[in-house]
Amino acid sequence: MAHPTVSRRDFLKVSSTAGAGLMIGVFLPVKERLIDAGLVSGQPFEPNAFLAINPDNTVAITVAKSEMGQHIRTSLPMIIADELDADWSQVKVTQADAHPDKYGSQGTGGSGSIRRSFGKLRKAGAAAREMLIEAGANEWNVDKSECAVSNGKVIHKPSGRQFTFGELTNKAASLPVPEDPPLKSPKDFKFIGKSMPGMDTRSRVNGAAKYGIDVQIPDMVYATVVRCPTFGGKVKSFNSRAAKKITGVKDIFEIEEGVAVIGTNTWAVVKGQRAADIKWNHGKFAKWNSSRIRTMMKKKGLGNAVVAREEGDVAKAQQDADNVLEVVYEVPFTSHATMEPMNCVAHVKNGKCEIWVPTQVPQRVQTTAAEALGVPEEKVTVHVTMLGGGFGRRLWADFVTDAVAISKKIGKPVLMLWTREEDMAHDFYRPTSIHKLSSTMTKKNKATSWSHRVIAPSISGQLSPERFSDGQLDRSAVNGASNVPYEISNILVDYVMTNTQVPVGWWRSVYNSQNAFANEGFIDELAHAAGTDPYKFRLKLLKNSARHLGVLKLAAEKAGWGNKLGKGRGRGIAVHESFGSWVAHVAEVTVNSNGNFTVDRIVGAIDCGVAVHPDGIRMQMESGIVYGLTSTLKGEITIKDGAVAQSNFHEFELLRIDEMPKVETYIVDSHEAPGGAGEPGLPPVAPAVTNAIFDATGIRIRKLPIRPEDLRV
Amino acid sequence: MAKYTLTVNGKKHRVNVEDDMPLLWVLRDELGLTGTKFGCGRGFCGTCIVHLDGEPTRSCMIAVDNANGSKITTIEGLSPDVSHPLQKAWIAEEVPQCGYCQSGQIMTAAALLEQKTNPSDKDIDVAMKMNLCRCGTYQRIRKAIHRAAEEI
Repeated sequence: MAHPTVSRRDFLKVSSTAGAGLMIGVFLPVKERLIDAGLVSGQPFEPNAFLAINPDNTVAITVAKSEMGQHIRTSLPMIIADELDADWSQVKVTQADAHPDKYGSQGTGGSGSIRRSFGKLRKAGAAAREMLIEAGANEWNVDKSECAVSNGKVIHKPSGRQFTFGELTNKAASLPVPEDPPLKSPKDFKFIGKSMPGMDTRSRVNGAAKYGIDVQIPDMVYATVVRCPTFGGKVKSFNSRAAKKITGVKDIFEIEEGVAVIGTNTWAVVKGQRAADIKWNHGKFAKWNSSRIRTMMKKKGLGNAVVAREEGDVAKAQQDADNVLEVVYEVPFTSHATMEPMNCVAHVKNGKCEIWVPTQVPQRVQTTAAEALGVPEEKVTVHVTMLGGGFGRRLWADFVTDAVAISKKIGKPVLMLWTREEDMAHDFYRPTSIHKLSSTMTKKNKATSWSHRVIAPSISGQLSPERFSDGQLDRSAVNGASNVPYEISNILVDYVMTNTQVPVGWWRSVYNSQNAFANEGFIDELAHAAGTDPYKFRLKLLKNSARHLGVLKLAAEKAGWGNKLGKGRGRGIAVHESFGSWVAHVAEVTVNSNGNFTVDRIVGAIDCGVAVHPDGIRMQMESGIVYGLTSTLKGEITIKDGAVAQSNFHEFELLRIDEMPKVETYIVDSHEAPGGAGEPGLPPVAPAVTNAIFDATGIRIRKLPIRPEDLRV
Repeated sequence: MAKYTLTVNGKKHRVNVEDDMPLLWVLRDELGLTGTKFGCGRGFCGTCIVHLDGEPTRSCMIAVDNANGSKITTIEGLSPDVSHPLQKAWIAEEVPQCGYCQSGQIMTAAALLEQKTNPSDKDIDVAMKMNLCRCGTYQRIRKAIHRAAEEI
């Protein structure tokens, strides 16, 4: 099997920080004895930051990634415990506080937690295992080769004598950390590849799981913040007397980002906010709405673009072509809409700050709070709670600033909670985009060129305008477009940056969701133009892309591609690679004569390399499909008078259970290095559905979300 | 402010709150029963569902004054030890992802099973479509309800 490369430097870094974490800092990241034996007595053995084996025989694994439903607190421990050969019942999980030196990046996103740490965690588990074996061998005064580990015990094979890990941990702690411990052969994996029960499932069915909103600490008050609904607007006035008349309201004041209302309970501050009758200076953006943004984007899209990928000569291919197809695809802004609205508990006291927050970026929270308070980062402690959804929204720390500013001003711990309306009005939205695609074909229906112009706001451009100024290439914005996998000899992919004042951010699968819709819809159009089955058309143009082929074939086979469907029914296929994984979906739809339609079934196949936690991967596929389907069928954010027009779930609708198709997920058996799972399932959903609608009706949908009126002929 | 004696999960609690305070905030902020979640505050998402005399009720939409005298059950009171057939089924089917909406999902499902011991898919759709899940656990919710129904 292929392992992700782990540089020695990497591992030593992990080990060395662990030593520092252990205690007293006598750890030297060199080949000598690493820990002063005299100092470790009675201390837990902590060969790296992720793992401590305690004398009570627990294997305590500190997970530094955020748990937002992807079961990372189950799958990361599985990797360590596997190499360690622990008994699963010994494994205890703790959530790491923010600590950049100890854990490296704690940012949880980009479907990266397993793919970026698989090798490191295995090595950590293996190192601990080797040290325990050596400690056992020393105790028995036998050769290491006569000893082995099994289910949390070190065994002397010839005599059958054994020690628990707990009995050996202090001895093991005084041994050098091996730099290159042997890794298990995949055939010996005991947890990797098995669907271990969710570490947090029990607490999620009895109300015990603690999210940010559930934190309650002594002397805590409640707060909510309202910002100007128009992007870029400022507070003009508010009626603090009326707000303070509300029973339970303690204070109301302006903070940098808006107006904060403080009180003894959430209801009081919500009522206080309503009573305050806040008036705004809406600013220039108030003149903008969705159609103006679209017009601006279309116009700018006619101008100069920056090339992201160019192969061959598309212009020449167009001159020589017998047939030219030109189409435009469009995707709207959309919101993350996590079920738990943005919130943060902060306690600023004596130049220090303690924070409890559902976040995907504990360290960004730490730096944000430190900057806001003008204190060194080490004065800010960040505890990470459970996240009631993330999907990229909690990669931002904007709401943390609110909580910190309030606590600083009132000198008390505060739970700052946004209402749903505030959450929806102040997201960092998935960028809206326009895609101009064209292709040329010979008389024999061979595609000779492919061009794709992506016209979209740039997340990077908004974050670092100095680095990504107007007219520059934002590589992220063409993710999924510039790497179009089809073998066509002339390819041109370019980009036009169209920033507005609407905040944009990383929404599940980032730009892959828009670009895959355009790519996979258009390739389907080419297949039909060529009079070829769209599945076979793809196979032909992907003949050298084994992993694309693998998922396409698996999904098609399981879906019964080619079997006849009844009247009004249709089947569509789409494939896309993102975040190190390949996914194909086959969707089945039924369209009625009035244009109403249902998505009946989605069969998905994923190749994410080694499947560490197969049921977790299935869950992420199911989740990606529902998230993708919501944005295919509904879930549109529009701009009116410079503000988001949708305020709550009656206007920003999510898929409900009665609209849920039957979903089947298949995982390609693979020994490749692990890929991501949280995001890759999303991008091919929309095109699979629109391609199925075309199959059923002959109507080509090029704009999301799909509306029944689009299907009325 | 008004004084109320609420019966929550079989225990009597005395609270002194505004009469228009939604039950949700009484449970969470006053009684510390944080298992019931806030999602939208307007009755659209079902995240805050509890039982009022056995009826699934959006606790963000009912003022404490109107809940007075009713028997209130929250997720914390569904079973003392995660032994309710739905909780067991939720674990067996690994339903929760982020888990935030699941208290409301389970409370709605529990009321459904009280009404219909063997609900059809259609019954499940009708009852459960009041509950949103952004992680998209709907398919597993359906399976878990069927599993629990079999056990009852």
